[in-house]
Amino acid sequence: MTAQPDDATLLDIHERMTRIRIFETEAGKLMEDGKIPGALHLYVGQEAVAAGVMAHLSNADWITSTHRGHGHLIAKGGEFGRMFAELFGRSDGYCKGKGGSMHISNMELGMLGANGIVGAGPPIAVGAAFSCRFKQTRNVAVTFFGDGASNEGSFHEAANMAALYKLPIVFVCENNGYGEYTPQANHQAVVDVADRAPGYGMPGAVVDGMDAVAVYEAAGVALERARDGAGPTLLECKTYRFFDHVGVRGMGLSYRTDEELAEWQQRDPIVLFEQRLAELGVLDPGAALAVRDAVAAQVQAGIEFAEASPMPDPAVLLDDVYA
Amino acid sequence: MAEAEAVPAVRELTYVRAINEAVRLVLAEQSTAFVAGEDVAGAGSVFGYYAGLLEEFGPERVFDTPISEEGIVGLGVGAAATGLRPVIDIMFMDFMGECMDEITNQMAKMRYMFGGAATLPITLLTMSGAGMNMAAQHSQSLEAWLCHLPGLKVVMPATPYDAKGLIIAAARDDNPVIVALNKMSLRFKGEVPEAAYEVPIGAANIVRRGENFTIVTYSRMVHEALQAAQELAELGVDAEIIDLRSLQPLDSETVLASVRKTHRAMVVHEAVRFGGLGGEIAAQIQEHAFDDLDAPVGRVGAPFSPVPFSPQLEKSYVPNAAKIVAEARRLLGA
Ligand SMILES: Cc1ncc(C[n+]2csc(CCOP(=O)(O)OP(=O)(O)O)c2C)c(N)n1
Ligand SMILES: [Mg+2]
Repeated sequence: MTAQPDDATLLDIHERMTRIRIFETEAGKLMEDGKIPGALHLYVGQEAVAAGVMAHLSNADWITSTHRGHGHLIAKGGEFGRMFAELFGRSDGYCKGKGGSMHISNMELGMLGANGIVGAGPPIAVGAAFSCRFKQTRNVAVTFFGDGASNEGSFHEAANMAALYKLPIVFVCENNGYGEYTPQANHQAVVDVADRAPGYGMPGAVVDGMDAVAVYEAAGVALERARDGAGPTLLECKTYRFFDHVGVRGMGLSYRTDEELAEWQQRDPIVLFEQRLAELGVLDPGAALAVRDAVAAQVQAGIEFAEASPMPDPAVLLDDVYA
Repeated sequence: MAEAEAVPAVRELTYVRAINEAVRLVLAEQSTAFVAGEDVAGAGSVFGYYAGLLEEFGPERVFDTPISEEGIVGLGVGAAATGLRPVIDIMFMDFMGECMDEITNQMAKMRYMFGGAATLPITLLTMSGAGMNMAAQHSQSLEAWLCHLPGLKVVMPATPYDAKGLIIAAARDDNPVIVALNKMSLRFKGEVPEAAYEVPIGAANIVRRGENFTIVTYSRMVHEALQAAQELAELGVDAEIIDLRSLQPLDSETVLASVRKTHRAMVVHEAVRFGGLGGEIAAQIQEHAFDDLDAPVGRVGAPFSPVPFSPQLEKSYVPNAAKIVAEARRLLGA
């Protein structure tokens, strides 16, 4: 068993969550104001998952992400300025403006990309995990994917291969109850995706994805197992997205009720975590507010940086197609 | 009553409404037709073109699938081979990769491999095209992959009229037909008859008559070509524009007849130029009308890179009227 998070770790997780929340909220506003082109899938509500897992990882550990990828990159150390620049399509963006929200990535931080193809991450993470072992490191790969993605063949193939080769990888299913506008009950017959783990020959666990400490502890166990060469784990985090599938209000479809949303918002992962930190005497409400203010200022500075960044010169169009 | 019937029932409809009407008519006239795909039922598709169909035809005939493209297309292949007439939706053409075995090795070949014993009346609707800052995995035009597969038919409608007529023709066809729609065209309006009519698969449409330059194109580039033709007219070029509508089978006769008249030709598509349909069409023209040509056959297509996200880059990437005019000028030495 990994130890419970110490105070420094708790504060670190809190800051990661706060960074995601404020970045995503501002990105949502910018999108609604027409300042961010294309599609934007926001992570608000799911912060405890990215923060709780990423608190264990270094830049030498790899992750694969999803179309809902900003939270993963922020938790992995992404800088606001370069992230906003990417969302705006500017030349200082992490992908020089060529990828945008759906392909945001950073190799130095061990972030193998958001992905526009649902279910594309797990097989790539298998490759990264293979690479970690091949190079005889203790590094690992973590693949984040949704409940919807767990129905792609690519996930099943990756899970089987990871278990077969005992690779240092953790499969983190962020089950937010929906794949786009389809509720989980209409897309799979299981309630717990983690139930599938024994079928691949790996342990599975269900975690409260609104509880950052629970995520941190469960991820710790799985990651230790992976680093020790004991093979993969399937960790399912039950969570919820507070915004629509795309953007904040999305297409305005009524596929989930206001009551359901309100119920989950009662369990806002950041509010819950701040209550806990206050009870533990680690962070009082005033200090939490100070963290929020500091992050908000960094987010504003990031937006300014991005707005000042030039659009890519059309001359770079054909750069980077090949090495 | 007779008077009312004499009035042709034609209205202005958007491309998206025309698709909706076509699928509704297909479900109404074919009791074994059903629609399956991701978010096609409850949400009526992310593009809105199946809106209302679940309510009208019920969950046995219009249903949401898991995010399992290989499974979805496989379901279509198996259901078609055993007597149903599936309408399968793959949300974005970019996701073809997920189900390419079912398309390439099963759907396209089953009839032939079985010595003609199996029939696969599948209509597969999907969405192509750039222009909406959807980046590299939601903006592609991959029709060349599909046209290379014997056993498949491939159509790409440019207008609401053709969208409706081609979908109905596809659904009545006993072969697998891929209908690749265009996302920038969803709000385009045009006249659409109320009746169930077919646009024949394999018949091109001459959308502008002209005397001295043939532009062969399809899908959204038809509209760019029409715009280019106005500019070209100022240069004394009278362009004839052929909307292929169907890429497989290809209406080579219409193309060749036009080139024999105009003596100059260019092919325009949104897909990457290298390995695109333009190469095939240019080759056919030189094979069959070499002596009629006054200049090499030109090609306009996207450059050899993935579709970039940044709006400015995407704009310079996607072919448009200006690029068509520039290519025409080059060919004319003007
Ligand atoms: C291969 C593929 N199929 C379909 C889509 C369209 N799509 C984008 S996100 C999404 C839902 C994904 O659901 P889930 O995995 O649960 O992630 P969530 O959006 O809930 O975070 C779908 C169907 C896609 N991008 N890629
Ligand atoms: Mg989900």
